Amino acid sequence: MATTEKLMAVTGNQAVAMAMKQIDPDVVAAYPITPQTDVVQSYSQYVADGEVQTEFVTVESEHSAMSACIGSAAAGARTMTATSSAGFALMWEVVYVAASMRLPIVMTTVNRALSGPINIHCDHSDSMGGRDSGWIQIYNEDAQEAYDATVMSFPIAEHPDVSLPLMNMYDGFIISGAIGPLRPLSDAAVKDFIGEKPAVLNLLDSEHPVTFGPFDGLHGWYFEHKIAQNRAMEAALPVIQETYDRFAEVTGRQYQHLMCYDMEDADVAIVVIGSAAGTARTVMAKLKAEGLKVGLVKIRTFRPFPTAEIARVLSGVKAVAVLDRADSFGAMGGPLYLEILAALYHEGVHTKTVNCIYGLGGRDLYPQNIEDVFRMLADAAGGADLPQSRVYLNMKGE
Amino acid sequence: MSWDISDIKNWGPDKHEKGAVIPEAGNAVGYRTGGWRTNRPVRDDETCTQCLFCYFYCPDSSVIVEGQEVVDFDLDHCKGCAQCATECPVDAITMHPEAEFRRKS
Ligand code: SF4
Ligand code: SF4
Repeated sequence: MATTEKLMAVTGNQAVAMAMKQIDPDVVAAYPITPQTDVVQSYSQYVADGEVQTEFVTVESEHSAMSACIGSAAAGARTMTATSSAGFALMWEVVYVAASMRLPIVMTTVNRALSGPINIHCDHSDSMGGRDSGWIQIYNEDAQEAYDATVMSFPIAEHPDVSLPLMNMYDGFIISGAIGPLRPLSDAAVKDFIGEKPAVLNLLDSEHPVTFGPFDGLHGWYFEHKIAQNRAMEAALPVIQETYDRFAEVTGRQYQHLMCYDMEDADVAIVVIGSAAGTARTVMAKLKAEGLKVGLVKIRTFRPFPTAEIARVLSGVKAVAVLDRADSFGAMGGPLYLEILAALYHEGVHTKTVNCIYGLGGRDLYPQNIEDVFRMLADAAGGADLPQSRVYLNMKGE
Repeated sequence: MSWDISDIKNWGPDKHEKGAVIPEAGNAVGYRTGGWRTNRPVRDDETCTQCLFCYFYCPDSSVIVEGQEVVDFDLDHCKGCAQCATECPVDAITMHPEAEFRRKS
């Protein structure tokens, strides 16, 4: 059996729709929204053409999409959906319900800015807003990563120690709509990798009737259930890595929570999420030729956050720039920056840091912007101070 | 299944079913909701015609019927709403402040 198919050229959305087709989940309930649309559009075509067995539920809104997913997953069905931006925001209430009911729903969230001003382009403000919702969050750089992450999702989400919903992100338009290389697995290899859904308590088992979503009473156990959710997140960290490792055995593509590039001998480093990592690597090649010791850390697993690991990886560098494609208004910095500062403090790592905000509402991030950041870091490593407030990359007018 | 929750007040996060699932059907009967009742229904057996209206109207299934006859109220779950008393066609049910019964006992 050939494990992988030939290299092909597809958009990020096509790659994910293809992975979903190979997974052939029991239920997909989804509502179209730019830039996620052709994931569910392609999938509905697979359904119409009889290429999958999936029950496709066309809903009237994203709130209904997630609600249908919750009912479906509680019934014991493998359930997937996809969304973006305002669609994710409309799901908000039930996104929390999915996590607290411990339902292993898998959702693709194609990153797009939240309004306003109304904007359809990429940034991470949609999914970053959901970082405390109790979903596992995996961020992907390109179509291949998005495809691979989709294939790896159910073994993580359904793992008995985890039982949590999982969302996969990739950058709207930049990855969702642009054509890139993809080496898919064979259908059989995908089926083999994800295996059968583990048996769990469910609503359709009439021999063992159960109640989902009960009222917790006035003085019940809400508090303990929240603690259990956090313990499941902690348990997910090793499960995700084990799944990454098992995937590597099949495909040769080895993923980590943090993907490190040239970090062994780096003096300075950029930490980034998503497609900007590719831009950063091209800049690094140029700067390394000049003799600058630059490194890059790309965050894949954001929830659960690999706190100890990021601190260890950054402990050897003299200056770090954290690039955020979302802001946390009124906070000390963007969401990734806050996370990393906390990790460094917690692990006792004292290195110079700066927060760079980029790409909001799809603002371009040019190689020159990244080069400027690396040069600022190199100066800091040589003794200069780093800005205490946010540095905005490619801002107009200043 | 039989779900032993006798010690549930002391359960920590790992003792509960994931996602607050209740793994047993119909166990709400073990949850005594009658404690907030302020008025208690009392049925006069002489007046009662056994029409069973009270049984059908009670929103909490708290009118106990044995065979074909109303015999009692389930005071662990009766909330004292007086629907039974209101619907009884012959006014066989009257409502009495719970405090009266407390004083007696
Ligand atoms: S008072 Fe209300 S709850 Fe109690 S038995 Fe009558 S109808 Fe039922
Ligand atoms: S409604 Fe009145 S008459 Fe009819 S069964 Fe109940 S108490 Fe008796």
